[in-house]
Amino acid sequence: MAQVAKELDGYLSDFERFEKNGAAKGPSWVHEIRRAALSRFAELGFPTARHPDPELREEWKYTSVAPIVGLRFKPADHELSWPASDALASATLGSVACAELVFVNGRYSPALSSRRSLPKRVAALSLPAALNAHPESIEPHLARHASSQNHPFVALNTAFMRDGAFVYVPTGTVVEAPIHLLFISTGRGHPTVSYPRNLIVAGRDSQVTIVERYIGLQNDAYFTNAVTEVVVGENAAIDHYKLQREGEDAFHIATLQVHQGRSSNFSSHSVALGGALVRNDVNAVLDGEGSECTLNGLYMVTGQQHVDNHTRIDHVKPHCLSRQLYKGVLDGKARGVFNGKIVVHPAAQKTDARQTNKNLLLSGDALIDTKPQLEINNNDVKCTHGSTIGRLDEDSIFYLRSRGIGVEVARGLLTYAFASEIIKRIKVEPIRAQLENLLVRRLRSGLPVEDTP
Amino acid sequence: MLEIRGLHARAGNNEILRGIDLTVNAGEVHAVMGPNGSGKSTLAQVLAGREDYQVTAGGVIYEGKDLLAMSPEARAREGIFLGFQYPVEIPGVSTTYFLKAAFNAIRKHRGLEELDAVDFLALIKEKTKILEMEQSLLNRPINEGFSGGEKKRNEIFQMAVLEPKLAILDETDSGLDIDALKIVANGVNALRNPDRAMVVITHYQRLLNYIVPDYVHVLVDGRIVKSGGKALALELEAKGYDWIKADAELAQPTIA
Repeated sequence: MAQVAKELDGYLSDFERFEKNGAAKGPSWVHEIRRAALSRFAELGFPTARHPDPELREEWKYTSVAPIVGLRFKPADHELSWPASDALASATLGSVACAELVFVNGRYSPALSSRRSLPKRVAALSLPAALNAHPESIEPHLARHASSQNHPFVALNTAFMRDGAFVYVPTGTVVEAPIHLLFISTGRGHPTVSYPRNLIVAGRDSQVTIVERYIGLQNDAYFTNAVTEVVVGENAAIDHYKLQREGEDAFHIATLQVHQGRSSNFSSHSVALGGALVRNDVNAVLDGEGSECTLNGLYMVTGQQHVDNHTRIDHVKPHCLSRQLYKGVLDGKARGVFNGKIVVHPAAQKTDARQTNKNLLLSGDALIDTKPQLEINNNDVKCTHGSTIGRLDEDSIFYLRSRGIGVEVARGLLTYAFASEIIKRIKVEPIRAQLENLLVRRLRSGLPVEDTP
Repeated sequence: MLEIRGLHARAGNNEILRGIDLTVNAGEVHAVMGPNGSGKSTLAQVLAGREDYQVTAGGVIYEGKDLLAMSPEARAREGIFLGFQYPVEIPGVSTTYFLKAAFNAIRKHRGLEELDAVDFLALIKEKTKILEMEQSLLNRPINEGFSGGEKKRNEIFQMAVLEPKLAILDETDSGLDIDALKIVANGVNALRNPDRAMVVITHYQRLLNYIVPDYVHVLVDGRIVKSGGKALALELEAKGYDWIKADAELAQPTIA
């Protein structure tokens, strides 16, 4: 092993403590995974601009993790605290969800969670409870899909994985109402880190909707390092929503790793609004013939926020279809990154892949780096990709103003219109309504709020 | 109602309006005709407040106020309406939502109570009849996927809802087939009244068979070179613009 950089010391000593305490209570195969991940993390180190591996540098080219490297985060689970109930009320899905698992600072809270109408034989519980009750359902999947090999933060999460959600939908089961996974960070007055780790397994012919939501209730610096693995069985359908509204000074680095079986259908809707430094990786492996994958994304940032979206779709088998639409709205001095990669493997004939990234810059100081990439290894494919960067259309602004609509409202309305293309694709009604509302309020333009544009 | 005096305007270094004088009183319909590039649309855009044009001389008084000092939205709230030659498509915003926002902004400005969703829907239902518009169009995003005729009809429909004091219709007829033209013209005629003035800008005389103007002005090279009654439009139709251009050059020798 190369000499371990000094900035990793804190994490290494935390790991020793972790192994001695909570981590000791789990199956031994989990320990092995954790230890291997920690040693990989120690080898990789943080992906800084001076990192010796050029590929890793490239993957993190536009996103500096220096603010994370420079802080000593304490594991958040040393102290538990309870969120204010009104804050919780605004984030809950209430009776719309058939199960709501709530995590406070990365730890499952049975008191705040509910499983009111979960269909029989469907599991939705905390990872430690699941490891106790159904280790045989977890072992084939946990950490088998999200690889620690080339991603320091997946390695770090895997080393410290302890809590999170496990959802299992058995063969042929349709779960109509969404399952809500809510992660709340309350802030502790000193920098803390949590490592949510989720595993979602949908059996053959099953169907489920998962809402993964991250919110911050204070503006302290804290770090959420999350990994979610999703296994979509043959002919199964999963709708996944990720809503990220971390606190103003929060760091959020997350990977969603999806493995799709034959004729399966997966769609992801990733909405990033909060956080100071945000990196989202969404990776899907289309590993069964005839599978379909849709990745939708919306990022809206302002001030000094930095949001980086990386997607990668591996077309491994023939006749698979993928569609990606990511839209960004950047205001203030915010900075955005979109890096979308489509890899068509040699066996993946008749691949049909489309990727679009559109960005709207609302200020002269906002910045976006967009990089669509195609890697095609056979010649029987249909692939398109493209990206645009633009400002609000002056003709449209004038048109609205010429009807009596004030300039700020006109700008807000057009920004809303841009973002709404993604929001309209959200099928969970209360979430769509919440986001529309939030958007209208955030645009601070005096748009009439009683109905939506 | 509207007094334009010696109006000069340019886009960049290109002088387009070179001294327009025009007075429009309440209840009158004025047609402004002219060849391509004569400045017709520029005049419309300047009156509506488009910032791409700089007014370099002259002024416009609207109901006793300095029009050019007002923002585009303030002009609209004071009762000016521009029917666009090329209405803009705005995906993501429904026509109903947009019109309600506009309608209530104007009501608020005039110190009237804003209409709620129910009353507003009743109002627009009434107005769609005038334009023979399908109501389903109103739930669609503004002009998105509309045909040319539908877009123009939507402009007049908006005018019917917003009830301006002064309507400036910029080539509302261009690109319309005869059936659509009649519907649009009927819509405009339904809105004629003694308190409302209209400036109808057109390239073709055809529209004026259906919207009969009180006055016709011919705009050439940024100036009104001839004014008259509705007969002038017929003369233009018969002779084309060239004779007027020749007259204009004789009357105003250009300074090299």
